[in-house]
Amino acid sequence: MSVKMSSRQVGDVTVVDAAGRITLGEGASVFRDMIRDLAAKGDKKILVNLSDVSYIDSSGIGEMVSSFTTVTNHGGQLKLLGLTKRVKDLLQITKLYTVFDVFEDEPSAIRSFA
Amino acid sequence: MAERKMLLDSTLDSVEVAETAVLGAAREIGFHEDDLHQLGMAVRESMVNAVVHGNRYNARKKVHLSVTKAPDRLIIVIADEGDGFDVNKVPDPLAENNLLRQSGRGLLLIRAFVDEFQVLPGQPRGTEVRMVKYLAKAS
Repeated sequence: MSVKMSSRQVGDVTVVDAAGRITLGEGASVFRDMIRDLAAKGDKKILVNLSDVSYIDSSGIGEMVSSFTTVTNHGGQLKLLGLTKRVKDLLQITKLYTVFDVFEDEPSAIRSFA
Repeated sequence: MAERKMLLDSTLDSVEVAETAVLGAAREIGFHEDDLHQLGMAVRESMVNAVVHGNRYNARKKVHLSVTKAPDRLIIVIADEGDGFDVNKVPDPLAENNLLRQSGRGLLLIRAFVDEFQVLPGQPRGTEVRMVKYLAKAS
């Protein structure tokens, strides 16, 4: 299964729920397009919920980094929510824990944008 | 030791084929779920390198996969027919200036997920990567 993504609004924060696999090909491009569209239409506070993402490869990590840069360049913030142990391990191996703000629960993540 | 060889097209479908073949062999010799995940990711990254960066999706070029089962380890060799590359010239993805680069983390992940990893010049051309994962070191 590739990735499925949807967005919802919690106050002024756009929460993007992702589920499935973010890997080279369709999964990574779906992720990229979704975040770029949100940034282009002016969303400044984006929280990506990865709790149902089972697998991310290096291309998927690359798209997450690229999305972070895109949103930041638009004057916004992109943060991560609900990482599985495997995704946490990936962020530690790649030192991206030092780049992304990561949250365990949604209310804390939403409050952090205030 | 039982060796299985496969000749694969330079397509992303081959990435899935290789991952499935390696994980099947790994299950047969008793690797557990976390190690299967790590092996699968190492194979996926190596196959993507071979298909995308090595053979550049060239339909005339193949990817050579060898999976050897030993009682205590799995040995995987993936070779492409590309132009080869100097592994020492790959930018360090952990360097401060490279953290926000979009690509360049594949080799880092492979090294993290297998016990032995070598990048060798292919014969007669291309690149050959050799990966070993030991059952005894499995968590």
